[in-house]
Order: sequence, then structure tokens, then C-alpha cells
Amino acid sequence: MKNNTLFERAVQGIFLILGLFTVGCVLLITLYLVFSGIPAILEIGLWDFLFGQVWDPAGADPRYGILPLILSSIYATAGALVIGVSVGFFTAVYLSKKASPRLKAIMSSAVSLLAGIPSVVYGLVGMMVLVPGIRELFDLPDGASLLAAMIVLAVMILPSVIKVSVTALDAVPKEYEDASLALGATAEETWFRVSVPAAKSGIATAVVLGVGRAIGEAMAVMMVSGNVANMPKLFESVRLLTTAVSGGMGYADGLYRQALFSIALVLFLFILLINGALNFFVKEKRNDSC
Amino acid sequence: MKKLICIALAFAVALSLAACGGKEKQAVATDGSTSMQKVILALGEAFMEDTGANFTYNATGSGPGIKAVKDGTCDIGLSSRYLRDSEKAQGLQETVLAIDGIAIIVHAGNPVADLTLEQIAAIFKGELTNWSQLGGKDGQIVLIGREESSGTRDGFESVTGTVDACLYRQELTSNGAVLTAVAENPNAIGYVSLSSVKDSVKAVSVNGVAPSEATVKDGSYAVQRPFVLVTKQGEKLSKTAQAFFDFATSPAANEIISAAGVVPVN
Repeated sequence: MKNNTLFERAVQGIFLILGLFTVGCVLLITLYLVFSGIPAILEIGLWDFLFGQVWDPAGADPRYGILPLILSSIYATAGALVIGVSVGFFTAVYLSKKASPRLKAIMSSAVSLLAGIPSVVYGLVGMMVLVPGIRELFDLPDGASLLAAMIVLAVMILPSVIKVSVTALDAVPKEYEDASLALGATAEETWFRVSVPAAKSGIATAVVLGVGRAIGEAMAVMMVSGNVANMPKLFESVRLLTTAVSGGMGYADGLYRQALFSIALVLFLFILLINGALNFFVKEKRNDSC
Repeated sequence: MKKLICIALAFAVALSLAACGGKEKQAVATDGSTSMQKVILALGEAFMEDTGANFTYNATGSGPGIKAVKDGTCDIGLSSRYLRDSEKAQGLQETVLAIDGIAIIVHAGNPVADLTLEQIAAIFKGELTNWSQLGGKDGQIVLIGREESSGTRDGFESVTGTVDACLYRQELTSNGAVLTAVAENPNAIGYVSLSSVKDSVKAVSVNGVAPSEATVKDGSYAVQRPFVLVTKQGEKLSKTAQAFFDFATSPAANEIISAAGVVPVN
């Protein structure tokens, strides 16, 4: 008996330490970002930093305005959502409600595979196929653009959008649908009037997950977006928050380097906001089922 | 648990102190050009491995590096330009370590094969915007460059006189990415380190001279700049610093210098 409690305590202790390790990492990163990100913001001025329209940190007269980067990140994420969520949502409805079990199994594993492809591969394919394709299709001088970033991000968020939505749709009680069908609604009416509203918090979670994935992606975007810190235009080259940090970190020093940490801090706050939204939706889901 | 950590820490400290103690007096300090970072760190690493001496590099820029030698705060200064006469008059001397050649590349199917330095500057400043103005096919010129902190960008812009004036369509983060982007786009023009040029693109000749190691070495290819070691005239370097200087300027270092993407001269 005594041995047992000792053993249990030991195991408990180990689990606690492992759990604390994760929390410790988050705390460490947060503190590090805050402490290394604040000085440059103070030096540049919060307003000039967030709303300055020129990002030219290495010029003779350095300018540290990250508004073009913030807007580009938001536009690229929004565009990816418009494309990715519409494709992903209908795919999920099809997989959950219409597809035969065999087809569903095959397509689900294809979607999982898509999730497993490294982002650098997305970037590479985007660079070799998508960028020249956009150039030809729209008769532009160059295809590296905000649009290319949106499309690559849209494909990258598809797996999480589809999987989470399918899970949510599968979880809708069969009685709801049976009742709707019994009342004379067609199958399609039932999916979109009954199943989808019943699964709406799960689908919202899928969308928020997609936003989180899209806004934090750097590698693939860097390879297709051209990386010039312009104010965002659909067919112009843009630089996002993530690509500014990863592209500049190699050689930057002084205030430029500090400003990169400040950008990382801004990005971190964006992602915190998204996580907050995610928690909100998950909570709402729990209340729904009560 | 705490005790164990303490003991481990104590060991670590003792070890590192012992390691420092042995090499403390053998040190060579370099200071200067950020463009030379890659080549000088590669040389420094090889030197440290061979001799066990301590090598430090301070990335400040050519001007501060030259000043540091003059003030005696470092052993060897690093400059990515030749010394001015005024600097030589202050008792400094230069030894060219290597030459950084930058190739101007266009799509393999682009008929334009030769550009003058002025034309290149006009293209990158956006004054010439169509290939037909240069004897090529009709098509808007697409400028592919490197990110702000790149040494190649710094070299290209300072040689062509386009610092902070280039209107890039893309700013990529490696020579390889520039090569791919130019190879993919029939209207693109870009620049890469001479050593990374591949057959997928065409390197144009500048002022009639094709880029190659030979034309960079003899100075006839225009888009190039020297990597210079700066020392004080008539003043002896410390033994370790002299050993590093000799190593870096010996033919034995050529392979390391080439691997860093620049043309060795010694």
C-alpha cells in the first residue's frame, strides 16, 4: 500500500515536471519576445512602428514602418480563408454526408497526406508552377504576388479546415437529420439547414485554426510572394510579417535586428488573439451540447 | 536533485575555464566589412581548427574596421573597398584577399547579351523599363534582387551606384532563389555571386567583358570589388595574427575562399 502511493506520487511528479516544461517554454518565449521586442518599439515610437508606411530598415535613412507588412499578412490570410474555407467547407459536407464510406476513406487519407507535406515543398511547387502560371494567366511581367501567397496558403489550410469540419459534421446527431427528412426536406436542404447549423461551432473552430496556420506560415510564402515591402496589391510583390522576420534575421544588426523582434512580438499578439477566439468558440461548443 | 545540478554546473564551469586558460594568449581579432563575413568566418574556423587559437570577428562595416586598425583595437581590419589615399597616408596598408565578382543574369532565352554599367544602373533604377529599349524582345523588365542585409546586394548596388535606388519586383534571400526566379521568367534580370551562376540562366557581359574568374582577377570585368585585409604599415602583428594573415593569403586558403563564393587572388 505504502509502496503504491509512493509510486503514484513519483509518477505524478514526473507528469507535473513534463507539463511544467511546456508551460515553461511558452513563458520563456513570451518573456523573451516581450523583452527583446519592446526596446525597438520605444525607440521608433509605437505609432510610427505600427502605422509607418515605409519599411526600409537597411537604407541610408532607415525607416521602420510595418503597416505594409501587417496589411499584407492580413490580406494574405483573408484571401487564403476565402479560397480555402469555401473549398474546404463544401469538401467537408460532401465527405461527411454524401461520399460512400470507401471514397471517404480514400479522400480522408489524401487530406491527411496534404497536411503532412512540408511547407518548403508547397513553396517550391508554388515557385515552379504557380508563379509562372499566374504570370501567363494574367499576362503580368512577374507572377510572384499577393495572389500567389493567398493560393499557397489556401491549399495549406485545407487539411485542418476539412478535418475539423468533417469531425464536427459527423458528430451531428442522426435524429436531427432524420427529423428533417421525415418532415419532407430533401437531403441537400437537410445538410445545409440542419447539419451545418448544428455543427457551426466546430466549423468556426476549423476556420480559426486555418487563420492560425495561415498567418504564421513563413517558408512557403517567402518563396512565392516576392518579398518587397509594398503596400498590398493583388498582383504586386508583398512582404508579410513572418517573411520579414525570417528573411532579415540572418545578417541584421542594431536597431534593425531589434525591430525584427518587435515584428515577431506583433505577430505573436495576433496569434494570441486568434487562440483567444479559438477558446471562445470551443467554450461555446460545450455550452451548445449541454 | 539540486546538489546534482550544482555539481554538474561546477564541472561545466571548471571545464570551460580550463579550455579558455590554454588558449587565452593565442588570439586574433578582426573587425570590419559585413560583406566579408562569410569568407572571413570560414577562414577563421579553419584557422581555429588547425592551430587552436582563438579567432574573433566583429561585423561593423568597412569604415569602422579600418578605423579599428588605426586605433589598434583589432589586429586585422576588413574592408570591401580599396583604401583611400588619405587612409594610406595614415600608415595603413592593404592586402587584397579575394575579389567578389557579381554576375548579372537574365533568362536563357533573352537575346540581350551585353550591357554597359550605365545601362545596368538605369535598368535597376527603373529608367529603362522594357527590353526593347536594349535591343531585346518587347517585354517589361522584371528586377530580381536580394534582401536588404545581403552582401551581394550591397556589392552590386555600390558598384553600379544604385544604393537604395533599386526598384525590385522581388527580393529573395539566396543566390539559388534568384537563379530560379530568373530562370523561370523570360523578362527577368538579377544578380548573383559569380561562383553560383548556373547554365539555367545567361550571365551577360558588362562593357563587353564576359564574367569569369579570369576577367574578375585581371580587373577587366566591372561588377566586382576587392576584399581587403588592412594592417598597419611598419608595425609587426602578434605571432598569432601574423600566422592567420599568412594562412589567409596563402594558396592553401584558396579552396575555402572559393567555397565562400569569391575569387581568391593569391
